[in-house]
Amino acid sequence: MNLHIDLEKKLGKFFIQVKTEVSGERIGIFGDSGSGKSTLVNFISGLLPPDKGEILLDGECLFSSQKGINISPEHRRIAIVFQRPMLFPHMSVQKNLLYGYQRCRAENKRIKPESLIDLLKLRPLLKRGIENLSGGEKQRISLGRAILSSPRLLLMDEPLTALDDTLRYQIIPYLRSVSEEFLIPYIFISHSLTEMQLMTESVLVINNGRLVEETTPEGLARNRMAKSQNGYLNLLPLTNPVDHNGLFAYRWGNNTLQVSDGQLNGNGLFELSSREIILFKKHPEAISARNLLPARVMEIFNSDGRVGIVLSINGEKLIAEIVRSAADELDIIPDTSIFAAIKASSFRRLA
Amino acid sequence: MLLTPEDITAIWLSLKIALTATAIALPFGFITAWLIVFKTFRGKIVLEVLINLPLTLPPVVIGYFLLLLLGKNGWIGELLNKSGFPVIFTWKAAVIASATVGFPLLVRSIRLGMESIDLQLIEASRTLGASWPDSLLTIILPLSLRGIIAGSSLMFARSLGEFGATIIVAGNIPGRTQTIPLAIYDYASSPSSGKMALTLCIISVVISVAVLLLHEVLGKQLDRRSFL
Repeated sequence: MNLHIDLEKKLGKFFIQVKTEVSGERIGIFGDSGSGKSTLVNFISGLLPPDKGEILLDGECLFSSQKGINISPEHRRIAIVFQRPMLFPHMSVQKNLLYGYQRCRAENKRIKPESLIDLLKLRPLLKRGIENLSGGEKQRISLGRAILSSPRLLLMDEPLTALDDTLRYQIIPYLRSVSEEFLIPYIFISHSLTEMQLMTESVLVINNGRLVEETTPEGLARNRMAKSQNGYLNLLPLTNPVDHNGLFAYRWGNNTLQVSDGQLNGNGLFELSSREIILFKKHPEAISARNLLPARVMEIFNSDGRVGIVLSINGEKLIAEIVRSAADELDIIPDTSIFAAIKASSFRRLA
Repeated sequence: MLLTPEDITAIWLSLKIALTATAIALPFGFITAWLIVFKTFRGKIVLEVLINLPLTLPPVVIGYFLLLLLGKNGWIGELLNKSGFPVIFTWKAAVIASATVGFPLLVRSIRLGMESIDLQLIEASRTLGASWPDSLLTIILPLSLRGIIAGSSLMFARSLGEFGATIIVAGNIPGRTQTIPLAIYDYASSPSSGKMALTLCIISVVISVAVLLLHEVLGKQLDRRSFL
């Protein structure tokens, strides 16, 4: 998918002006609330016309103030998953799902409702009304409804923000698998660094109506390490948990990690803040932290006065954060060997 | 019962006029409410004032304006006369009077219904491939059904009670344009017809109660079937 946007609009006191060209299948738009992310979504989908400029999707002009083109939303084939599910309250689950499908032209229909309904595990809900569904079910239906309209681009406008933590990470695999399975590129809008890392491969950063940065989710997370409340968030997929003196011993590549907030059934995705990792130059003799891992320094980067240390632990990557003076004192340079200590309680289970 | 043939005609005529006025006003009311709620255009405030004017004006004043418009020398009246379709002093004039007076009530109720619709639902339907008329029929119409039912009941009831504008444009011709309120007015002005007036009053109450009950029942049905 290739998207060229060059547009501006004045909305009261707010002025938005964005010019960029992005290619890729999983693009993120990152910014605080009120930065103009949703306005940008409305421009792309055709729900709000810019004052001037142009939008091209895969070479096709969707909007051009110069040429007087403004394709209406129903002809753009760009579906949106909103922050709230926005299901039609007067229709059953099935009618909601098929709303866009029935309006899609035969030559563009390429997704079979049957396969999607199974993928999203919606079959038991089909005949029901939408009142008594859980937030996660509603958002899955909303996603299914958007996909069944066979869009050429899916806009996800903070689709996880209204969900609680547990549900959020249950939905993410659906969001990813659906777009991969049916080859639908998406633009994912969020203000969460973790969601950006899990959902996107490149990121546009919007601030105060302007495009301020084009980066990768990794670059974004590193850049914001010092400013962000939790530093850099390492995402660790851990497998094969076993009970270990009341803790959970998970496999992490070729390493074993002891985690207090685990579950014996199945694998888990864990979050570990860069600030929860303590580095030692030499092997400490005795330590209360349950995980002491020999590591090799791969890379060192700066982020607003803080130093990020990229560690390789038996082939697995981890980013730790220390202050400048600590980095000088420990004399950490690439390729040195150090030890990383992590408390078992520092891992936060996401899913 | 103490009903004369004229009284029975008055009852039927009242129902016919109220029903016709409501049926004719309904599509216009729906479109007007939609324009006011969802569209931005120049002169919107003028439209709103014009629509609400009959609510604040005395019905007699509205009747008089309609008379000027529809009368023999009025520019619409003249046109209608030439085309062999005279309206003034017929039951059709009573329909127009009722429709004009009840219209603001209808629009207000539908508007309230429409204003409670989440705009993003409409946006969602548009991005799913629905053109705006499609969205109007499949999202806005069913979701404002409650307002439409409330507005129609209100308007029907208001039409049943219409007096001031009707007597001016339709007259008070027994058996032809005399509705229940006009008949009651006649009976009430003669000292010997107190009982006749009371009978028609009771019938008025019965019809009004029936309208309100129907409104409630339809509302309940809507609740039960809201997701189908």
